[in-house]
Amino acid sequence: MKLERPGDPSVFSDDVRAAAAELVARYPEGQSRSALLPMLHLVQSEQGYVSPDGIAFCADLLGLTKTQVAAVVTFYTMFKREPTGEYLVSVCTNTLCGLMGGDEIYESLSKSLGVRMNETTPDGAITLEHAECLAACDYAPVVTVNYEFFDNQSVESAQELVSVLRQGERPLPSRGAPLCSFREISRQIAGFADERPESLDAEATGTPTEIGVRLAVERGSTAPSYALSRENEAADGDASQTVEDDSREEGKA
Amino acid sequence: MPLTPVLTKRFGTNQPWKIDNYEALDGYQGLRKALTMPPDELIGVVRDATLRGRGGAGFPAGLKWQFIPQNDGKPHYVVVNADESEPGTCRDVPLMMNDPHSLIEGTIIACYAVRAQRAFVYIRGEAVHAIRRMTRAVQEAYERGYLGPDVMGTGVAVDITVHSGAGAYICGEETALLDSLEGKRGQPRLKPPFPATNGLYDAPTVVNNVGSLASVPYIVLGGADWFRALGPEGSPGPDVYQLSGRITQPGQYEAPMGTTLRELLDLAGGMSRGKEIKFWTPGGASTPLFTREHLDVPLDFDSVVKAGSLNGTSAIMVFDEDDSVVRAVWKWTKFYEHESCGKCTPCREGCYWAAQILDRIVHGQGTTEDIDTLLDLGDNILGRSFCALGDGAVSPIASSIQYFRDEYEALIGQPMGATA
Repeated sequence: MKLERPGDPSVFSDDVRAAAAELVARYPEGQSRSALLPMLHLVQSEQGYVSPDGIAFCADLLGLTKTQVAAVVTFYTMFKREPTGEYLVSVCTNTLCGLMGGDEIYESLSKSLGVRMNETTPDGAITLEHAECLAACDYAPVVTVNYEFFDNQSVESAQELVSVLRQGERPLPSRGAPLCSFREISRQIAGFADERPESLDAEATGTPTEIGVRLAVERGSTAPSYALSRENEAADGDASQTVEDDSREEGKA
Repeated sequence: MPLTPVLTKRFGTNQPWKIDNYEALDGYQGLRKALTMPPDELIGVVRDATLRGRGGAGFPAGLKWQFIPQNDGKPHYVVVNADESEPGTCRDVPLMMNDPHSLIEGTIIACYAVRAQRAFVYIRGEAVHAIRRMTRAVQEAYERGYLGPDVMGTGVAVDITVHSGAGAYICGEETALLDSLEGKRGQPRLKPPFPATNGLYDAPTVVNNVGSLASVPYIVLGGADWFRALGPEGSPGPDVYQLSGRITQPGQYEAPMGTTLRELLDLAGGMSRGKEIKFWTPGGASTPLFTREHLDVPLDFDSVVKAGSLNGTSAIMVFDEDDSVVRAVWKWTKFYEHESCGKCTPCREGCYWAAQILDRIVHGQGTTEDIDTLLDLGDNILGRSFCALGDGAVSPIASSIQYFRDEYEALIGQPMGATA
């Protein structure tokens, strides 16, 4: 981490100060330090990384020393200590994704982009990282762009993905909301709601997510029913009916 | 072999994350019923259901609730552990993305039961769409009066705050999570005291996993006997098995606790490359590996322990004959090396050295002695740290040497092919 300069908290605008105050207000009185992680995401959303300025800003507002804040920053992977590009491309190279192609995807992207772990392309478009398990193993191998899922990737599809991103386009993720910039997503992670209507409607499902329910409906297999006090108004073909119309005891071990 | 969707039953329905659609599918009915019951009775129902923690440890959730001291004059907290990051585990993020209200409903019920007015949902920072969905769903729940100073006109006050982590596996450990939520480095605390008495801000705190809390509305509606009707006696209920790896159809299969991998593989269309299964994890990377010998082990908390592993998070990663177990273990070990928080010496140094030794072996520079050194190292990590991260790191190493020692030996002096 570059801590050779002291950091200047005054570079952040009044709006950022107000946003930080809003975060602090979400925690019980006297527990303002709980807002530190959200505030670090917030300063990251302003500068694209957690700079000495950001550290000084958080320390000032929370009554902590800069050393205390820096100790927290260095602990967490998501706090970037160098400026980050427009898109953070994360390739899961944990065992399962890695063996199923993630390792090759990472190597291939690293080579073609000319960057290594946590480095950014000269055009400022892409920061590359290899990531630990991203909780999408049933869609392996998985890549995320600003943490939105691009499922079942191959070397070819991942190359296509970064090349389209570098051309300034924003392909839709497999699951999750339309892409925004790294700074914008950092603001959401800090705790400020994504108000884009298309984000709230964005589907986050796919065959692996639904396969168990689909098979259950197909086979008429259900959990044992329990009596509900009112009629179920579920739409046709709705999986919730599987809870309602069970007449068997196959669940008994 | 039955499939028994409960937690996953709304997946694939019409935008189940929206409150109108959730309510149309029994949503918030469990809360309505819970609010008519005295809190202690509610704790009794969850305890009698034998709901065991879905976060991996399998500790009875009802007992955790019961341990919260009452009338102590302190604020109480419910903290939702939504920091899903155990390798292979992928059920909490889809649940929050698709059915966030079930988690919110369960959390409100838990707050009412343990007399907490405040809950925090600590979501893994990378899970942006889950954060987005939970944030919106909490807003909706406030607008409908399920949250706030007067929940559904009962005078009960419950607030929920969604809080993002920042990328640290260790924060899935409950006391590390609490430190992280307090704005510190996420390092585990010495237990006792347990969070039930000295948790968040040193106050009585229940920390429950997403799946545990999302199960609560159904248990309230169906009753303890309904929940216990599925699965074996000591470890009942539906379980969301997550299958991944060399299988035809990976995904979420919700079936009674105690289902076997043979049955699950049948549902998932078998192996994907026409090869035999070689090794697999019953509950994530931190659980000792199983082999084809274990296809008929009932996958529930007690039976898996008897067979020499742990049910963990029911995260089943399947590998076939063409996958190198040494390479798999090497990568997992590098993961633990990266994620060890550094607090306890045996884990910090042990994971580092294990990764060095495996690195040597994989690159053909290992010695036969290295294999025994790995086992010796494991003995010096296991049980010697504040939390279970180091124990988890030992699991794949020790179990792989137990079952596949010959594969390690074959690599002595023989570098592994790039795609082995």
